[in-house]
Amino acid sequence: MNAVTWGLVAAVFVACIVEMVEATTIVLAMGFTRGWRSAIAGTIAALIALAAFTIAAGYALATWLPEAALQLAIGTLLLIFGLQWLRKAIYRSSGRKSLHDEDAIYAEEVEAARKAGDTKSGIDMFGFMVSFKGVFLEGLEVVFIVLTFGLSADNVPAAAYGAAAAIVLVLVAAVIARKPLSMVPENTLKFGVGLLLTAFGIFWSIEGLGIFRDGHHSLEFPGADLAILYFLAAVIALSWLLITLLRKPSRSASRADTPTASTPSDPPHHTSGDDAADSTQTTDTLTPEATR
Amino acid sequence: MNPVWRFLKAFGQFWYDFIIGDDWKIAVSVVLALAVTLALYKAGLAEGAVTVIGGLLVLVAFTLALAIDIRPKTKK
Repeated sequence: MNAVTWGLVAAVFVACIVEMVEATTIVLAMGFTRGWRSAIAGTIAALIALAAFTIAAGYALATWLPEAALQLAIGTLLLIFGLQWLRKAIYRSSGRKSLHDEDAIYAEEVEAARKAGDTKSGIDMFGFMVSFKGVFLEGLEVVFIVLTFGLSADNVPAAAYGAAAAIVLVLVAAVIARKPLSMVPENTLKFGVGLLLTAFGIFWSIEGLGIFRDGHHSLEFPGADLAILYFLAAVIALSWLLITLLRKPSRSASRADTPTASTPSDPPHHTSGDDAADSTQTTDTLTPEATR
Repeated sequence: MNPVWRFLKAFGQFWYDFIIGDDWKIAVSVVLALAVTLALYKAGLAEGAVTVIGGLLVLVAFTLALAIDIRPKTKK
């Protein structure tokens, strides 16, 4: 395998761990409060739906779109997705946003499950639907990453192996731990994935602009695939610089210097587990992980 | 609310979150950077230069989006 393929497998593996940890938290909360039958049924139904979606979307993308258009479309989506993760990671590392907390998400899910009321007979629809939604929506992000990386690098199997390895690892860890996998350094992993998605996204989206020239051939970077490494280095350097510049001053200093100190804008609500515990809060003090 | 309807709503929200996310300025900055890169190529700039400048433009646009996001807001 060459360096690009290793980068592809690593990015998919780490991204998949992050999404699987979030999905597992939701399923565990439903299993312990609403019953394992409905939680497992919802999970299996979601995995079947994901498999069908992957086959349909993968076939459609690979069959109907020329290479440059594929690179432009999925490279742009990958870039937007990567920069959103990077934005959050930069805000968290600079102390402007609270860290993602699986324990808090688990507690919220358990509370919601308890309030939902009991089901008289048959399968518990609340547990089923919440598990289905959690696994399907978090899994959809993994599918998207596997498809985009796999198709762009012309190596879907390598991306799929990376995802499968992560799924097995998280499932085994969850079965052993039988509690939310809050020990996984999710914020750090997300930072790493954000960096990789951004570097690959820049490379593919700009190559894909070749769709607008005669012949519709992809544009070529100087150094070909090596450009991904140059841009990865540039994104790491920029992130480090932004974290240093944006590091939030202590409360007393903030009061004295900037009476109207701003915080990042966020929407009022989210539906996925990703942001359930971190949408609008900011931290006043840096935690050890935030300063890493 | 019907569980199926709730799921469909969540599915739509997923795609909104995926593309627009927490900050619409990220998506706009990416599209603008790519549009300028294409304009530079169409204007006759060499292919190698366009690709490198395009990549750097994306990073500059991202930095600007963050700068706008965290700018001090004046009280009305």
